[in-house]
Amino acid sequence: MFLQLLLSGIAFGSLYALIALAMVIIYKTSEVPNFGQGEMAMLSTFVAFMLLDTYGHSFFVSFSGALVFAAFLGVFLEFVFLRRAKDPNILSLILITLGFEMILYGVASWKWGADQRDLSFPVSDFDLVNIGPAVISYLNLATLLVTLVLMVLLFLFFRYTKVGIAMKATQQNPMAARINGIRVNRILSVTWAMSSTIGAVAGMLLAPVATLDPNLMLEPLLKGFASAVLGGMTTLVGAALGGYMLGIIENLFGGYVSLEFKSIVAFGIIVLVLCFRPSGLFAKHYVRKV
Amino acid sequence: MDMKRDYYEDIQLLDSKVLWFWFLMLIAALATFPFIAPTYYVYMANYMAINVIVTIGLNILVGYTGQISLGHAGFFAIGAYGTVMLMNLLHFPFLLALVAAALIAAFFGFILGLPALRLEGPYLAIATLGFGMAITQVIGRWELFGGRMGVEAPALSFFGIPVTTDLGRYFITATIAFVMVLGARNLMKTRVGRAFIAIRDSDIAAETMGVNLVYYKTLAFAVSAFYTGIAGGLFAFLLGFISPSTFNFILSIYFLAFVIVGGLGSIFGSVMGGIVMTWLLLELDKIQELPFIGGMLISFSENFMTVAGLPNISSIIFGLIIVLLVIFEPLGLYGFWIRTKIYWKTWPF
Repeated sequence: MFLQLLLSGIAFGSLYALIALAMVIIYKTSEVPNFGQGEMAMLSTFVAFMLLDTYGHSFFVSFSGALVFAAFLGVFLEFVFLRRAKDPNILSLILITLGFEMILYGVASWKWGADQRDLSFPVSDFDLVNIGPAVISYLNLATLLVTLVLMVLLFLFFRYTKVGIAMKATQQNPMAARINGIRVNRILSVTWAMSSTIGAVAGMLLAPVATLDPNLMLEPLLKGFASAVLGGMTTLVGAALGGYMLGIIENLFGGYVSLEFKSIVAFGIIVLVLCFRPSGLFAKHYVRKV
Repeated sequence: MDMKRDYYEDIQLLDSKVLWFWFLMLIAALATFPFIAPTYYVYMANYMAINVIVTIGLNILVGYTGQISLGHAGFFAIGAYGTVMLMNLLHFPFLLALVAAALIAAFFGFILGLPALRLEGPYLAIATLGFGMAITQVIGRWELFGGRMGVEAPALSFFGIPVTTDLGRYFITATIAFVMVLGARNLMKTRVGRAFIAIRDSDIAAETMGVNLVYYKTLAFAVSAFYTGIAGGLFAFLLGFISPSTFNFILSIYFLAFVIVGGLGSIFGSVMGGIVMTWLLLELDKIQELPFIGGMLISFSENFMTVAGLPNISSIIFGLIIVLLVIFEPLGLYGFWIRTKIYWKTWPF
């Protein structure tokens, strides 16, 4: 029982971790928690659905098509809206992303309505693998693996590629990065593209488990955001760990105490954690000086 | 002119006889409006008055004290459910129940203000958001509160006079809204209001000057929650029926949008924001009935989108309004107002 709850907790947690990573990547460069992340992922998932179902493309083509779409969507939003804000403060940036959220939600529900659809996925949610006394579905296993692979890729990207290092430089100090010849604006666009793509992966992994409708990402986004905050919005590793932790805690609570109040516990824990560690569990808390 | 020579001039409600005249005219217009206008517009005016109260409440927190909140739908729900439950279960009279429910909301605001002392930016956003979600979830699971199915508002009577029409509700709602607007306007001119503004501009500097941060930050949350609670209680009677799904995350965003559109840190702006946005909210649902654009939109929907999803266009327009206002006019409608005023004051030049 415990192992079973733990396993499915990790599977859910990896989705949260993906969304948390996507948010943290943007937060570190643009300094805005992107509330539009969920709807960006939802729209990309719908694009995959459209390519797959309406136009009858193969699975591989439609999913890569959706990822490319996601990347362009990210760049578009950053370039058209976020970059135009003059002298922005944190509140106005948050509001711009909330504005995206509403626009994208409106577009998706206009185009696809409120019907619930099934995204046919080549990996089944019903065939199970035995791991010790517990079982895990192929889909959850795939989710876990994809997440791990993505995380390793991200690690390598930030460690060994030129763009990744430039990105880290921009995150630490945009001005100094600019002086050193990094095109900060272009780096920002790349960041948004990356984050949007990661979010889209999470959306496509989630869609077969949940039902595909415009509300698909509403709760996962909040959970992903919550896990990013739990781990610390400034560390990639922390955000990912926060995602797994949230998934596990939530599932254990749902299994042992009460299934109904599962979601509330997640937020309750976060408020508690924030009371004691205001910048999240794994991030260093900087005290602002006058 | 706008020059203030001493403190008493600053706290005066209206500083000239001409303004007093217009002020009385406004009251007269508000009092005669429901007798002239069709019922639907009276209903709309009620809706507007409620949203004006919420907008001012949220503006006290966001615009004046500089704290973000994504959980105001939670306080709204507490106000609505609190009023209905106090009347249903404990048989409180309406006004007492409304104030008591708003005080409960204020107490929750105080509680939420405690973690807010240490949090800022995204961390505060998620904490308030979690609070809002938790409130609606708890209410939705609690059988006493009618669970998911919601609960019906009891018959409304005001000092023994039964109130059943929009016209009757208008007088209660509009009067309360009017008093709350004046109250907020006066609050901002007092020691408390100035402390809020000092915290917004720099909390460290405010603390150095002797503003008690613990006291004033929690107070800001409590006052804001009180306003929202009052509005929630009125809202329950406007709809006549409340269910937990009404008070979702999107509603909190809408409230924030009202504040932004009106203008951060301005009571007058909040009044405009509440009125204009409520009008848009109610009218955009019927966008396909517009004479020319409606037909175009329907044929566009038939060809590329779905007709069933057409009402969602209001979400797109709302989002666009928020984004464009933040980018081009961060002061919102209040900024427009100020600019027009200055333009006409010096007009030929």
